[in-house]
Amino acid sequence: MAKRIDVSGLSAYYGSFRAIEDISMTVEPRSVTAFIGPSGCGKSTFLRTLNRMHEVTPGGRVDGKVMLDDENLYGAGVDPVAVRREVGMVFQRPNPFPTMSVYDNVAAGLRLNGSYKKSELSDVVEKSLKGANLWNEVKDRLNKPGSGLSGGQQQRLCIARAIAVEPNVLLMDEPCSALDPISTLAIEDLIGELKERFTIVIVTHNMQQAARVSDRTAFFNLAAVGQPGKLIEIDDTERIFSNPSVQATEDYISGRFG
Amino acid sequence: MSTVVAEKPGSLQGARLPKWFPYALAGGSVALGIGISFAAGLDSNIQWGLIAAILFIVGTYVIATRVEGKRQAKDRIATSLVWVAFLLAVVPLVSLVWTTVARGVKVLDVYFLTHSMGVVADTETGGGIYHAIIGSLEQVGLATLMGAPIGVLTAIYLVEYGRGKLAKAVTFFVDVMTGIPSIVAGLFILSIMLQFDMEPFGFAGSLALAILMMPVVVRSTEEMLKLVPNELREASLALGIPKWRTILKVVLPTAIGGITTGIMLAVARIAGETAPVLLLVFGNPFINNDPFEGAQASLPLYIYQQYGGGVETSYDRAWAASLTLIAFVMILNLGARGIARWKAPKTGR
Repeated sequence: MAKRIDVSGLSAYYGSFRAIEDISMTVEPRSVTAFIGPSGCGKSTFLRTLNRMHEVTPGGRVDGKVMLDDENLYGAGVDPVAVRREVGMVFQRPNPFPTMSVYDNVAAGLRLNGSYKKSELSDVVEKSLKGANLWNEVKDRLNKPGSGLSGGQQQRLCIARAIAVEPNVLLMDEPCSALDPISTLAIEDLIGELKERFTIVIVTHNMQQAARVSDRTAFFNLAAVGQPGKLIEIDDTERIFSNPSVQATEDYISGRFG
Repeated sequence: MSTVVAEKPGSLQGARLPKWFPYALAGGSVALGIGISFAAGLDSNIQWGLIAAILFIVGTYVIATRVEGKRQAKDRIATSLVWVAFLLAVVPLVSLVWTTVARGVKVLDVYFLTHSMGVVADTETGGGIYHAIIGSLEQVGLATLMGAPIGVLTAIYLVEYGRGKLAKAVTFFVDVMTGIPSIVAGLFILSIMLQFDMEPFGFAGSLALAILMMPVVVRSTEEMLKLVPNELREASLALGIPKWRTILKVVLPTAIGGITTGIMLAVARIAGETAPVLLLVFGNPFINNDPFEGAQASLPLYIYQQYGGGVETSYDRAWAASLTLIAFVMILNLGARGIARWKAPKTGR
């Protein structure tokens, strides 16, 4: 199940533009690691390199190594499709498939991968929806379209969809930024439960959220617009928010940034 | 306790023309227009119509400026111009439909739909369009079977895979193909047929129609695929679903309504083509069910040939066939709309 991620010397490019430079860090299994930092500093780009979604963008290209336990995701002959089955992702805006019902949305990963037993499918759907704390709300409308749910429910549906394929790592790219405080709370509680089973990496602009949900926090920054983003420091969340070792981190956290 | 304050006319209120003003003015303009043309001895309907339109617009502007002020007058004149343009566009359409229906129903009956012109000379009464309907259905059907898949696949390539020179070249040639006159597509196939010394047959027409259909399908499908949010593709890829399955199971179902509409419109377009059919299929008064052997008829070609017959009875048949063709295209369009609505992403709760 949950696996350790070990990144070393990683840079990502859009065409000839270098978006992030020389990042090395370790993400511990069964923990929540939060990425914070100003807009445009490459948090999301870095997150997308962790399941090879970065190269889906035209011109996207990566240098360096990402080890998932003992396998390099960027090694020769590694299939990005196989990587993405190991490392799932939840996006900023809820994006359930509009042509599919709630049930089909959750089942989509298994069905379209073709690796499932028919008899197990409804069990997996129920387990995933329960895992995403959505089962009680949708159990009577599994055959209704997924896009008919509220924004917060849709996001939990997307989380259920992501955990249905049993990944080792779950990446979340600002999963609450389009949601109201109550739905945000529901998702944060969920993250706390999910970290028992998955390695979770979350990008957030909300520092209170980072402080609430994460065990470790990484601060990213960029020297100037047009310069690549860099990892400034990564440490236990408590330390980052009380006594960071770099001045820039303290400035950002205490609002003296810019 | 609340006190009711009577509304006093304030500085925000200005004089307004009554609601019936535009209608009254329109009626007056038409009456005056007819009067003027009558007095001047003009006998064309277009002339009194134009006079009425000009009177209406000028009248609106002058009266509205007097009563309501300049800005409202400009507003009214813009509204009037839109209405006049609308009428100018609708009058020919209504007149076309009216004429086709009025003249078409004369001979349009079950007999007409189920008999051919095999033993009827163009100058005699009787006969029908069964052979032309068969020809049209087969030619258009085969053309769609070829043109629609190739068009959809090309669009998928352009939107989902196409990068660099090849995609640019394909886009360019699709643009060029969109502008090919139908007779040129016909000549293209004809030149090949002449190479092999072939006689006209239905499938040759289908080939030319497929050439005409393809770029239209590519264009409309491309637009529909571009409308599918990128987030859906990413969501699917992030689940570890391969790209081809993502396209097949997520992208295409999301866009299927629009793609179907586009294909139906393309079908409607080629169903009315005459020139390539004339060149390649030639026309045939007898029933020929085999599109791969021997000349066939088709509805547009039948209309053209019957109108060339030059007598009242062949005119009637031409109009009846036109009505059938319009109905055929209209049913296709309604069908496409139905499918689009049925397949559209559901938002209901």
